[in-house]
Amino acid sequence: MQLNFFLQQAFAQHALIAATLIAIACGLIGSFVITRGLAFAVHGTSELAFTGAAAGLLVANNPLAGALIGAVLVAIVIGVLGVKERERDATIGVILAFGLGMGVLLLSLYHGFATQATSILFGNIFGVSTTQLAILVVLSLVVSVTMLVLYRPLLFASIDPEAAAARGVPVWGLGIIFLIILALTVTSAAQVVGTILVLSLAITPAASALQLAANPRTVSVLSVLFALIAADGGVVASLASGTVKVSVFVAAISFIIYVLARSGRVLFAPVRKQS
Amino acid sequence: MTEHMNNQPSTDHTQSALSIQQATLKNGEKVIWENVSFDVKPGEFIAILGPNGSGKTTLLKSILGLLELSSGTITVLGKPIDQVRNQIGFVPQQRGFDAGLPIRGRDLVEFGITGAQYGFRMAGSAVGQAVNATLKAVNAESYANKPIGQLSGGQQQRLRIAQALVNKPQLLLCDEPFLSLDLPSQQLITTEIAHRQKESGMATLFVTHDLTSSIIPIVDRVLYVVNGKWSIGTPEKLLTTAHLSELYGVPVEVLRLKKRIMIITNEDEKTTQIDTDEHEAAHAA
Repeated sequence: MQLNFFLQQAFAQHALIAATLIAIACGLIGSFVITRGLAFAVHGTSELAFTGAAAGLLVANNPLAGALIGAVLVAIVIGVLGVKERERDATIGVILAFGLGMGVLLLSLYHGFATQATSILFGNIFGVSTTQLAILVVLSLVVSVTMLVLYRPLLFASIDPEAAAARGVPVWGLGIIFLIILALTVTSAAQVVGTILVLSLAITPAASALQLAANPRTVSVLSVLFALIAADGGVVASLASGTVKVSVFVAAISFIIYVLARSGRVLFAPVRKQS
Repeated sequence: MTEHMNNQPSTDHTQSALSIQQATLKNGEKVIWENVSFDVKPGEFIAILGPNGSGKTTLLKSILGLLELSSGTITVLGKPIDQVRNQIGFVPQQRGFDAGLPIRGRDLVEFGITGAQYGFRMAGSAVGQAVNATLKAVNAESYANKPIGQLSGGQQQRLRIAQALVNKPQLLLCDEPFLSLDLPSQQLITTEIAHRQKESGMATLFVTHDLTSSIIPIVDRVLYVVNGKWSIGTPEKLLTTAHLSELYGVPVEVLRLKKRIMIITNEDEKTTQIDTDEHEAAHAA
């Protein structure tokens, strides 16, 4: 009853559209995040989107624009400074610690509605305005189209960079482009689940898919599917519950899918070779 | 050092599989190698030998255009490398694949044809056929659909070689490709390379620190690189005490035993053993 009523309201429909678009983008980047060892970069970029949001709020009363600029800047810095994975993680740690401190400072200087800032941290999909929705549509389209166009060379470069470079794939350039795509996706996802829980859409669905398949295309399709179930399921469940936040359900559904996929593999897979 | 041990007339560059002219590579002030000049004819097999750190891998990377020469030119099939990338094959130095990568053996091989193509489309049946044929040639069909991270080093290496061969290259560059391969696999791949040399005129540059018995029969010339100096010639002419002593700059002894060649450098007690017979085959069998 209550759910049907909500689903006819514009705010709930906006939320579902936003969740769907973001889930597709997250599902598409997920397996590349894992392949390229960028889980920590996702975390770092999303946390620093918070700093950007706080700055945007303070300067222009526009947290989304601030978050986008912050995340993209950080992605470029990570890409340029950290070439090797170990080096990159250290770089992210350094920037993350400093950036979060700046975020807290910026927020303490802000004297408007504090909920605007907390909604960046925890997500507030039901507060998405028409303008924000339009921005999310554009971002998700940019991310999805870019991922489809770059799919093969990016996969080649992620798995076998030396052979890819020999075949003329611009390995370094694709790495930077992917980090920017990642920043756009992470900032969008933060609208739904908040910066703190971005990993539940950007990594968990792909990690679940990897439990079930090795064909890269199958992994991408499953990853998008799982992200959709988690994001849209989270929105619907939150509406039905009335009080519990979307991000709680998204994180929970995502995790349940992962546990099921993992147990499914253990139960149904033939005896695996230990290498 | 530009001393040529072979006196071949300089061939027409447009006919060469590879042409290197006065190529010098420096890392800052340090000379990696200097004034390297040689041509490789279609169908030729060149083994690149030399101690660790002598610049064998950097030579391959320079040919691939991944390192910029300090001076000199390199052309592949008569053109700059960027125009002929789909006609080369490259087997990089072995590096294991992590478990849990979203990719199967056949996907790795398919990259050899479609890996540099933008846009999302399903591979056509011609690609599938080429992949299957190459998987068969390196005897990798049985594990082609397994996740690559679950395969052994030798199995992964056969897939890398298949990736380099799948686009029917005119020039094959390999960096220690036999490192983790057992002798039957080495012989299988040697046979495949020899077949392609005859069939399509594929030329091969084969970096190795160990001339194993499996490739000895198909080696046309040896390029020896040491301390920034180099020399190229047939194994019989090049691998002699006089030539290698001059190249190393210290007395080197080349011992020709009945069935193997040993290169002994006294300064660091390094020994390169070169097997010229099947004694390893007997060993492995």
